[in-house]
Amino acid sequence: MIKYTGKGVYGAVAIGKVSVFKRQTASVEKVRITDPEAEKARVTAAKEKATEQLQAIYEKALAEVGEEEAAIFEVHMMMLEDEDYNDAINDMIDSELVNAEFAVASARDTYAAQFSAMDDSYFQARAADIKDISDRLLNCLADNGASSELAGDKMVVCSDDLAPSETVSLDKSKVLAFATAYGSSNSHTAILARNMNIPAVIGLGKEFLEGIADGQQICVDGYTGEVFVNPDEDTVARLTKKRDEDLEKKSRLKELIGKDNVTIDGTKINVFCNIGGPKDIPLVNENDGGGIGLFRSEFLYLENSDFPSEEQQFEAYKNVLESMKGKKVIIRTLDIGADKKVDYFNLDDEENPAMGIRAIRICLTRPEIFKTQLRALFRASVYGDLGIMFPMITSESEISEIMGFCDIIKAELDTHGIPYADNIELGIMIETPAAAVISDKLAPMVDFFSVGTNDLTQYTLACDRQNPKIERFVDTHHEAVLRLIEMAAKAAHDNGKWIGICGELGADTSLTERFLRMGIDELSVSPPSVLKVRDKVRSIDLSK
Amino acid sequence: MKQFEYTIKDPVGIHARPAGLLGKKAKEFEGTVVTIEKGDKSAAATKLMALMGLGVKCGDTVTIKIEGGDEDAAAAAIEAFLNENL
Repeated sequence: MIKYTGKGVYGAVAIGKVSVFKRQTASVEKVRITDPEAEKARVTAAKEKATEQLQAIYEKALAEVGEEEAAIFEVHMMMLEDEDYNDAINDMIDSELVNAEFAVASARDTYAAQFSAMDDSYFQARAADIKDISDRLLNCLADNGASSELAGDKMVVCSDDLAPSETVSLDKSKVLAFATAYGSSNSHTAILARNMNIPAVIGLGKEFLEGIADGQQICVDGYTGEVFVNPDEDTVARLTKKRDEDLEKKSRLKELIGKDNVTIDGTKINVFCNIGGPKDIPLVNENDGGGIGLFRSEFLYLENSDFPSEEQQFEAYKNVLESMKGKKVIIRTLDIGADKKVDYFNLDDEENPAMGIRAIRICLTRPEIFKTQLRALFRASVYGDLGIMFPMITSESEISEIMGFCDIIKAELDTHGIPYADNIELGIMIETPAAAVISDKLAPMVDFFSVGTNDLTQYTLACDRQNPKIERFVDTHHEAVLRLIEMAAKAAHDNGKWIGICGELGADTSLTERFLRMGIDELSVSPPSVLKVRDKVRSIDLSK
Repeated sequence: MKQFEYTIKDPVGIHARPAGLLGKKAKEFEGTVVTIEKGDKSAAATKLMALMGLGVKCGDTVTIKIEGGDEDAAAAAIEAFLNENL
């Protein structure tokens, strides 16, 4: 048995047989020709065929992987049409009277080398694209069939690396796992493995490739990045057990889809999701989240080169509300500070950005920014069930000011006959000790609380979240933090309002029972955590 | 000839997809040549590989030169494209 270690890119375990991916590369020989026009015509014909193939691959990728991943094949088609690339091929045929294959291979090598030599990893990676399209062109010239087919049962596909078009072209039903010698965790192999939920390990090295042969037994552990070729009995037994437990756990969690977040004694809570942008919305539904408890609106500001306009924001919020089809969506107003680089805000450099002009403080000192966001939110509210949440609150006066702004927006919209929902919930984040301590005064002024445990812990323990040296002083389960949450929960319920947790502690299943006993009404967690939280909730009996 | 400078905001710089789309946009203006210059290197906007070969990164300032019958319209279109995509 030989063990190789690489990087696991998808957590799962596979036991099977090796299938060495055989690339169909046409061999390239330099041949003298006498009719350059005929040769150039061959190139044109091959190009057409290649473009057709790429179009098919693009559509397959679109359907099986996603728009972003499929886009690379559009780029491949553009590269195939590039003037310089085509000139290099055709000029060589004309001037050196060589066959099309040689000319294409030369162009491929020249451009691949050019890109590999660039000092940016993005551009270096484009060398792989040039090789991919050139090899495709060569295959078309040789009139080869499509790239290698996988025979027989599901196999572990082993390769040096897999070009984007190669991974997409594979018959997914025959692939048990991927194991490659090279590759990056953002390569197409990795992305495809994640989408297909199959184990994949990359970066196993040249020795791996040299040491394997078709039909050998192989175990792939996508969690640890270990690959065992010709594994001994103990290893097979151990990994079989690991695989079976992994599959059982995953299927158990899957069974929880559609089930209620209810305790044994019948207490129900909401389990929602925290997301950072519209592309995460599919994850909410895949993981059966009941709604969005925290939609971070910063992506609109961070992905822009200037303040996002009201229209831009309106479209984005409308889109989210419609995509969630009536499920609750709580959008947090902009939470940016001097520690998050957004140049066009022209924020001063601060000594203490965590305690400085950030979040609601920016909004209240620069009303134009605040009003634009509020107008967009109110206008979008008619498209779904919207809640708005305000971050970094410390006082009643802040809330009064915020409500004042909301009234102005409503009046403006009324004057122009622009509709907005009449049941928008307005809530605040409890993420400062101040807010927790005076939560009894704040609760009457708002519709809900949501606890931002990350910042609450930071401010309560006076510990900088970003400083690894201070970790030993940070007890994420510190009683002080839990008591502040409890205080806020009591204040909320005394005033008939609901309270949720959107910080990281919400997904900490060792605290779920404590939170439920406090009466927390909603936990908003990252999408992959929904089912594990539901599992925990369903195992708790508050009557005991 | 029209010319203007532009500072790249896209975190990846001038990458494949927008470069391809920029080329398509430039092609719309027949008879007008659009050139992108970075330092002492330049590339025609319609040449994908050459454009990518410039290695323009986020924060780089490039000079766009436009020459031809349609230069006013082209300049406006290219500038709008850059603002939206790069």
